[in-house]
Amino acid sequence: MTDVTLINESKKGDRLSREVLMNLGPQHPSTHGVLRLLLQMDGEIVERIEPHIGLLHRGTEKLCESFTYTQIFPLTDRLDYLCPPSNNLGYALAVEALLGIEAPERAQYIRVLMAELSRISGHLLITGALPMDVGAMTALLYTMRDREMVMDLMEMISGVRMHTSFCRVGGIREDLPEGCAERILEFCDIFKNRIADYERLLENNRIFLARVENIGTITADDAIALGLSGPNLRASGVDWDIRRDAPYEIYDRLGFDVIVRKDGDCYDRWKCRVDEMRESLKMIRQCIEQMKPGPFLVQDPKIAFPVDKSLLGHSMETHIHHFELAAYGFKVPKGEVYTAIEAPKGELGFYIIADGSEKPFRLKVRAPSFVNLQALSEHAGNMRYLADVIAMIGSLDPVMAEVDK
Amino acid sequence: MPDQFPLEKIIEHFNGRVVVDKDVTDMPCVIVTPKDLVELCFYLRDNRAFRFNFMSDICGVDFLPQLPRYQLVYHLFSIPLGWRLRIKCLLEDPPKAPTITDVWTTANWHEREAYDMYGIVFEGHPDLRRIYMWEEFDGWPMRRDFPLRGYKDQYNPMGAERPAEQKNPVEDIL
Repeated sequence: MTDVTLINESKKGDRLSREVLMNLGPQHPSTHGVLRLLLQMDGEIVERIEPHIGLLHRGTEKLCESFTYTQIFPLTDRLDYLCPPSNNLGYALAVEALLGIEAPERAQYIRVLMAELSRISGHLLITGALPMDVGAMTALLYTMRDREMVMDLMEMISGVRMHTSFCRVGGIREDLPEGCAERILEFCDIFKNRIADYERLLENNRIFLARVENIGTITADDAIALGLSGPNLRASGVDWDIRRDAPYEIYDRLGFDVIVRKDGDCYDRWKCRVDEMRESLKMIRQCIEQMKPGPFLVQDPKIAFPVDKSLLGHSMETHIHHFELAAYGFKVPKGEVYTAIEAPKGELGFYIIADGSEKPFRLKVRAPSFVNLQALSEHAGNMRYLADVIAMIGSLDPVMAEVDK
Repeated sequence: MPDQFPLEKIIEHFNGRVVVDKDVTDMPCVIVTPKDLVELCFYLRDNRAFRFNFMSDICGVDFLPQLPRYQLVYHLFSIPLGWRLRIKCLLEDPPKAPTITDVWTTANWHEREAYDMYGIVFEGHPDLRRIYMWEEFDGWPMRRDFPLRGYKDQYNPMGAERPAEQKNPVEDIL
């Protein structure tokens, strides 16, 4: 915390207080990235919060207008970089809706499997980071250790730890490698007990509870008006999960509970995520059980590369399609579509206007973190002290890359 | 959840001021003028038959060289009834639209984003400032005529040359 400026020293002359304008961030560790807050303080009491975002703005949407549909996948990775498979999935669904195609069943299972794995990885960060922000340091070291297991699985499946870019329009890039299912099940067995460990470590921890319980309480009506989504909304008692209410891919075949809590304080938002990891484990197991061998990419040579690469050696037609696809991309018919998925942070929407060419005319990302973060500027919840603001940022779980797009 | 979305109810209530966009297939979509936008939003939020309490997204679009050039696309969602609805609002140049922050608080940052990227002015907005770009930034980056690499200046030597007539678009619009 730097740059403390005194303003208006004697505005409230009769009280022994001075209004201070304080700058929090953008390099402060508790802001989870490059979030800068301008706080108007009366002593220790926060009177007004003004978030300044955009320090990580890369113009993703502008870039998308000059990229072909396949080239956009790596850009979506870099939105919420904790859960790239989930972003890939949302974008792929939008393009597939425009093309009027559907990925093969096996691809859908693998996509959901990866999306849920990434949800665990994303939630693990906040499970540890929120306690760290409020003074319980230990948890982060454990959650980071366990997140490494998820990273290893990602590497095994896609070859990359973070920016997987594993989806393709009409399926996924490769099938699961041999022995992967066993490794994932092994992870599920280990991780189930680890969640119980975190709960044992933190749920009776007085340092942690004193800082998060009854802090930053957002009522259900406020949460909806603010446009909160995902765990932040469900913690306030609104029972809405896109995976259950408007199922995409194969979510309608999976049995899981939607975690809803009542109070809507920082603790509930944290706890909601911890419980969601357990549900994700359930879904991962079901995916592995239900998955059947089969194609993992649509067999349309105009949209997807050939699965059998040896065809490139002797089939002239395959060769031409491959060249066209690599050099120019595929055309998407004129139209517009908005698809929303339940990303780990909330409703992730992709609105695409296609003009019939290989590149989207306009692509809008409805980034959940961007909307969730707005709760800070509206001063939602009962944040009274500076310390409460820190707990609030941590529990809203913004990923700045997604906020700034 | 009833299957059929009562779209004709909106049309009937607004009596010709709201038109259905028949080209859109993925969800019901209506077109409205900026004048009737706020009234439509209040109606959709408060009417028991719709209850659109969740505003998902506001998206600005620039259709250069088509006219009218600008468009605002609103995506609404009804948490109790599970419906989605798209509202399109066509804007002339220079683009001006009424704010809907009174209807949904969440519109605040979305509108600031549309202002920042397209220079769409939201009348009555409580705090209309740039949100991503810095205050001194010159130009509206998401417009179709803004170069992908930006304009040339001391920090951006590879950028495009700024046309002579377009000296200070920020002041032109306000």
